[in-house]
Amino acid sequence: MSNGQNERREMTGAEMVVQALKDNGVKHIFGYPGGAVLPIYDELFQQDDVEHILVRHEQGAGHAAEGYARSTGKAGVMLVTSGPGATNAVTPLQDALMDSIPLVCLTGQVPTSLIGSDGFQECDTVGITRPCTKHNWLVKDVNDLARTIHEAFHVATTGRPGPVVVDIPKDVQFAKGIYVSPQTAPRTSYKPKLQGDLDKIKAAVELMAGAKKPILYTGGGIINSGPEASHLLRELVDLTGFPITSTLMGLGSYPASGKNWLGMLGMHGTYEANMAMHDCDVMVCIGARFDDRITGRLNAFSPNSRKIHIDVDPSSINKNVRVDIGILGDCGRVLEDMVRLWRATAKADKKALYPWWEQIARWRARDSLAYKPNPDVIMPQYAIERLYELTKNMDTYITTEVGQHQMWAAQHFHFDKPNRWMTSGGLGTMGYGLPAALGVQIAHRDALVIDIAGDASVQMTIQEMSAAVQYQAPIKIFILNNQYMGMVRQWQQLLHGNRLSHSYTEAMPDFVKLAEAYGGHGIRCDKPDELDDAIKEMISVNKPVIFDCRVATLANCFPMIPSGKAHNEMLLPDEATDEAVANAIDAKGRELV
Amino acid sequence: MNAQLQPTGSAYFIAKETEKPENHTLSVLVDNEPGVLARVIGLFSGRGYNIESLTVSETEHEQKLSRITIVTTGTPHVLEQIKHQLERIVPVHRVVDLTVRAQELGQERPLERELALIKVAGTGTERVEALRLADAFHAHVVDANTEHFIFQITGKGSKIDQFISIMRPLGLVEICRTGVAAMNRGQQGM
Repeated sequence: MSNGQNERREMTGAEMVVQALKDNGVKHIFGYPGGAVLPIYDELFQQDDVEHILVRHEQGAGHAAEGYARSTGKAGVMLVTSGPGATNAVTPLQDALMDSIPLVCLTGQVPTSLIGSDGFQECDTVGITRPCTKHNWLVKDVNDLARTIHEAFHVATTGRPGPVVVDIPKDVQFAKGIYVSPQTAPRTSYKPKLQGDLDKIKAAVELMAGAKKPILYTGGGIINSGPEASHLLRELVDLTGFPITSTLMGLGSYPASGKNWLGMLGMHGTYEANMAMHDCDVMVCIGARFDDRITGRLNAFSPNSRKIHIDVDPSSINKNVRVDIGILGDCGRVLEDMVRLWRATAKADKKALYPWWEQIARWRARDSLAYKPNPDVIMPQYAIERLYELTKNMDTYITTEVGQHQMWAAQHFHFDKPNRWMTSGGLGTMGYGLPAALGVQIAHRDALVIDIAGDASVQMTIQEMSAAVQYQAPIKIFILNNQYMGMVRQWQQLLHGNRLSHSYTEAMPDFVKLAEAYGGHGIRCDKPDELDDAIKEMISVNKPVIFDCRVATLANCFPMIPSGKAHNEMLLPDEATDEAVANAIDAKGRELV
Repeated sequence: MNAQLQPTGSAYFIAKETEKPENHTLSVLVDNEPGVLARVIGLFSGRGYNIESLTVSETEHEQKLSRITIVTTGTPHVLEQIKHQLERIVPVHRVVDLTVRAQELGQERPLERELALIKVAGTGTERVEALRLADAFHAHVVDANTEHFIFQITGKGSKIDQFISIMRPLGLVEICRTGVAAMNRGQQGM
């Protein structure tokens, strides 16, 4: 990537930024200009290798870069100015931290001589972003700039990926210094451990081989590890014949059409996945972190199992749940060893698992994702099902906002490939999906990119429609419009005596006119028998579309593990009467989130 | 209520802590770069860990390495988390739980020392008594005039605590303590 003449060349700080982006293979960045980054914008203007996507709000730049990163496996890059530019980046930075997304954020800063003087658009960017980044740097000397940016890409993309910030004062952007290429830049002490301990992997394979009721519980770490890890996971499932479930972040690493697939687990996971987690005798957690949405009540979590945990982050092992074998390493590398050892040593006695699969079949027969169809009103689950059926044979990428629609999408849209599902899992950021869809579409120009949205979430970043129109990114915003903050309302019904405090939006924009006002295309549908045609229209329009899908207003998201309950205490849709809902959570559970 | 929160646990289910908290001393080797101490301290406050003593200074000038000594309390599970969380910080090179290491070596605690400066003002018999007791504690007089002494005392924290409590009725004016510096006994480095 870097040619010889750039190895050590004098250039300005702003030139270095652009050169460093090129040398790190960056093709697109998302950003918003301002006083403290003007020299960098001036350099961007004078070249064609790096395309800049102008967003309408810095939060949009961050989520777009996250979507770009999640769908390509490369780092997403954002460029914002000092002060408010940097503070607006905080939400996507924390979002990327919690979901382990490689995100490189370049911020402008007031000139070094003014730092600390409360200058115009000054804020302590490294101070503010310290707890919401994997690492951050303030570059005060132009001769450190190139090395720091290369290091930033290295830190963001290796080990457990995450967001980084490089804060660049304006005088450093103007100053001249010596550029070093990524190959010649000195490295620091940061060296994540990627190869798993072979003895522990052997012990894990032995434990797995003797299991009568095993389960694989996988997460976003597999997707972060790259397509090879997903491939190896499929191989491991085929070899062992184990049932497999996944977290929200891990959907697509094992195909939903695969016969060993139990569906997503956790608070809104399937009955079979959660019951199998509760009753298993050996649990293999790969690249997931025992999040509270997954475990339910911790002291009742899978009480009779021996647990294996594979994770690249040592602090994830034994954090929430104590495990019997903790393997520190990259999921892909460990899976490679695991598959090899299984082939060499373990004999695949799949018959031993028959009783376990029979038990799973009984749980499956409860059909926990069932809902009552309605001939007059579009049920939200039905809308997702139709969307899936009509797009499943296309090159489709899905993003979501946060709330009921997100859970319905995870339950009813099925993913067969990794990197196809972009959602805000850890932080739960409403407003993530629309800009993320923009980022995905920029990376995959000819793909069908759909943001499955809620009417409340989508309004948090709806301004990015304007960016989508500007860059001819034909994203499809599929809004499940029930006029409520549905998940907030569901919790108010569960916890607060059905007092729906401020969860109803009385004044909703006309989404069709809004789409047209932005220069996009608007569609409205409120009848189940017109839905297929409307979705087909949405797919066929080659510009940004807002689809106002009017769904049943009071539908709730089931099955559900209520707060303070265990995996085997799920509330199933056919049991979720008003009374059961009102009494599902006891006083103790009410204190919890 | 808050005190029962497991610092690294979730708000979803608050488990009752059954393990007993222990007092441990950690040694953390870091790059001496701007903000590194803020990262370490921010980790402790952000995740709800305790700091009882913190000492930091550059120890390897050429390599620009600083050694941070932290005395903290937590259950064995929390202490393990603290170690791993510290190791995640990019400029952190090594984290050693000196207390665990000492126990592995068959010792109760690592070698831990503190230095304190203690100003005592007074005249007459109290002044004479202060000087006599300081001598018994092997404290040095590093500054004095006819109405005050500044004593420099080194040793275990408990010895310094004791010296301070004895000086209190004898005209104690102010105290400055360095915090704990610590390493393991024996020929092995950290």
